[in-house]
Amino acid sequence: MAAAPQTIEDLARAEARRPRWLAVILDFARQRPLGAVGAAIIVFMALLAAGAGLVAPYDPLANDYAAMLSAPSAAHWLGTDSFGRDLLSRVIFGSRTALMVGLGASLLGATIGSAIGVTSAYFAGRVDLLVQRVMDIFFAFPVIVLALAVVAILGTGAGNVILAIATPMVPRCARVVRSSALAIREMPYVDAARASGFGHARIILRHMLPNVMAPILIMATAFLGEAILLEASLSFLGLGVQEPTAAWGLMLRGAAVEFAESAPWMAIFPGLAISLAVFGFNLFGDSLRDALDPRLRTQ
Amino acid sequence: MATLLEVRNLKTSFLSAAGTVRAVDGVSWDVEAGETVALVGESGCGKSVSALSIMRLVAEPAGRIEGGEILYKGRDLLKLSEEEMRAVRGRDIAMIFQEPMTSLNPVLSIGRQLTEGLEIHMKMNPAQARARAIELLAMVGIPDPERRLAQYPHHFSGGMRQRMMIAMALACNPSLILADEPTTALDVTIQAQILELMRDLARRLGVAMLIITHNLGVVARYADRVNVMYAGRIIERARAGELYANPRHPYTLGLLRSVPRLDEPRRARLDPIEGQPPDLTRLPPGCSFAPRCTYRVERCTESAPPLAALGAEHCSACWEAQRLVRERAA
Repeated sequence: MAAAPQTIEDLARAEARRPRWLAVILDFARQRPLGAVGAAIIVFMALLAAGAGLVAPYDPLANDYAAMLSAPSAAHWLGTDSFGRDLLSRVIFGSRTALMVGLGASLLGATIGSAIGVTSAYFAGRVDLLVQRVMDIFFAFPVIVLALAVVAILGTGAGNVILAIATPMVPRCARVVRSSALAIREMPYVDAARASGFGHARIILRHMLPNVMAPILIMATAFLGEAILLEASLSFLGLGVQEPTAAWGLMLRGAAVEFAESAPWMAIFPGLAISLAVFGFNLFGDSLRDALDPRLRTQ
Repeated sequence: MATLLEVRNLKTSFLSAAGTVRAVDGVSWDVEAGETVALVGESGCGKSVSALSIMRLVAEPAGRIEGGEILYKGRDLLKLSEEEMRAVRGRDIAMIFQEPMTSLNPVLSIGRQLTEGLEIHMKMNPAQARARAIELLAMVGIPDPERRLAQYPHHFSGGMRQRMMIAMALACNPSLILADEPTTALDVTIQAQILELMRDLARRLGVAMLIITHNLGVVARYADRVNVMYAGRIIERARAGELYANPRHPYTLGLLRSVPRLDEPRRARLDPIEGQPPDLTRLPPGCSFAPRCTYRVERCTESAPPLAALGAEHCSACWEAQRLVRERAA
C-alpha cells in the first residue's frame, strides 16, 4: 500500500476534522498523565455503572446455594459470598450505588456550600461573622460523626445517606469558596454591578458565582472520592444503604468479616473497588486543580 | 436650565481605628440638566466618596452618610428605600469607573453585560436588548459591534473597555453620568479620545456629567463649571474659564502653578504646594489649608472661612480672597 501523502494541507485538514473537545482532552492527557489515569478509572467506573445490567454476568441479588463461598473460578471470576451471590456482579452494581451517592452528595454539598460561601463574602460584616461561626460549629465535628448524626436523625436510605454525606461538605466548601469570593467582592465590577442597580441575588448568582467556579469544581471532584469512601463507611457501619442492595461498603460487612480467613475474596474485591475509585477521583481532582490554577497554567 | 441634581450640605464619614474620617464635610453643589461639572482635588479629598454617596454605595458599616440632602429632580435620594434607589442606579444616574480593566466582569460576555441593565431597567426582551446593545457599541465607536457582542472583556484593549463602560452607562438613557477618574488608567493618547467621545455623546444626548478628576487639563477642556475640593470641602467654584483666568483661592492658585505649561517660557522649576494634605481625622479648627498656605493670616487658624460669593458664579472659601486678587493684579 502506498504511504498516504503527508502534506501540510492534509495535516491541517486532519486537525480541522478533529473536534475541539477532543483536542482539549488530548492536551490534558499529554500534560497530566496521572490525571488522565484518574479520568480513565472514572470513565471506566461510569461505564460499568451505566451498563451494569449488560456487563454483570449474574443478577447481583440472585442466590446460588450450590455455590456458596466459592473461590474465584471461571464461573465466578471474583468468587461468591455466603449467600452464593456473584461478587463480580455485586461489585459492578456497587459502582452504581457508589457513583449515585457520591455524585449526589458532592453536587448537593458543593451547591449549598458555595451559595453560603459567596453570600457570606458578599454581605460581609455581621452576616459573614454569623455564618462563619455557624460553619465553625459544623467544623468542630469529625466528618463521620456529623454524617452519623444526620443518619441517626433522618434514618437510613439512599436519599438520607446523600444528605448525610453532603452535610459535612457544606462548611468546607463554604469556607474555601468564601475566601475566593472575598477577593471577587473587592473587584470594581461588583461595585459596577451595584451601580447599575442590580439586586443582591443577581449580583451573587450571576456576577460573583461564575468567577469562583474553578475552586467549586475542584472541591466537587475532590469531594466525590471522599463521598464514595464515606458512603462505604456508613454502609459498613450499617447506617448507609441497606441489604440486599449491592454496595461496596455493605459487602465488607457481616459475613465478610466472619469468613475473612476462609474466604478472603469477599473482602478483598469490594475493598479494591473502593480504593481504586477513590484513587481515580483524587488523581483527577489534583490534576484538575493544577489545570485550573492560573498560576500553574503558564508552565 | 433646570437643576438636575442638587447636593446640600452632604456629610459622609468613615470610622477607622484612628478615629472618624470626615471624607465629605458639609458639601453643597449642583448639576444642571445637560451640563458638565468637574469635581477637582488631590487624592483623598473626598471626590470619589461624593460620587459614591450620590449612588448610596458608600461601603457600610464603616462608611456612613451622616447628613444633608441629595435632590435629584427634586426627590431626596437619601430618603428613598433600597428598592427605589436600585431603580435610580443605572437607569437615571449611571456611573463610569476609574479602572476599565477590572470594572468589567471577566466571565460575562460583552453582550450580556450590555443587555443585562436593559432587560432589568427598560424591561426589554432579549432581541430588543441585543439590537440596542449593537447600537450602543456602534455609538461609542467600536467597529464590528455584532461580532463584538459574543466576545469577552479580555479580547478588548483598555481604551475599548472604557468605550464599553461608556456604552453601559448610556444604555438606559440616564440623565446624569458620574465619571470617576474615567481616564486615569489610560494611555495619554487614548485619554483624549475617550474624553472627546464622552463630551460629544453627552452633548448629543443631552446627558449631564459629573467628571471627577485630579487632572486640571481635563477640567479646562471638558467642564462647564468646576468645584475644587480640599480636605472634604469645596474651597472654590467657578466657570472653567473664569477659574483658570482668576483663581480666588490660594489652593487653586497653587494647583495651577504646579502644572507644567507648554505655552509659557520654560521655567527651571515648578512651584509645588509645600507640605502634605491634612489628616482627616484631626482637622484644624480653622481653614484646613492654612498650614500650607502662603497667604495665611491669624484669622485662618481660628475659624474656617465659608464658601462666599465673589461675583457672578464665582465662590471662594478664603478670608484673604480679596488680597489674593489685589496681589495678583499688581
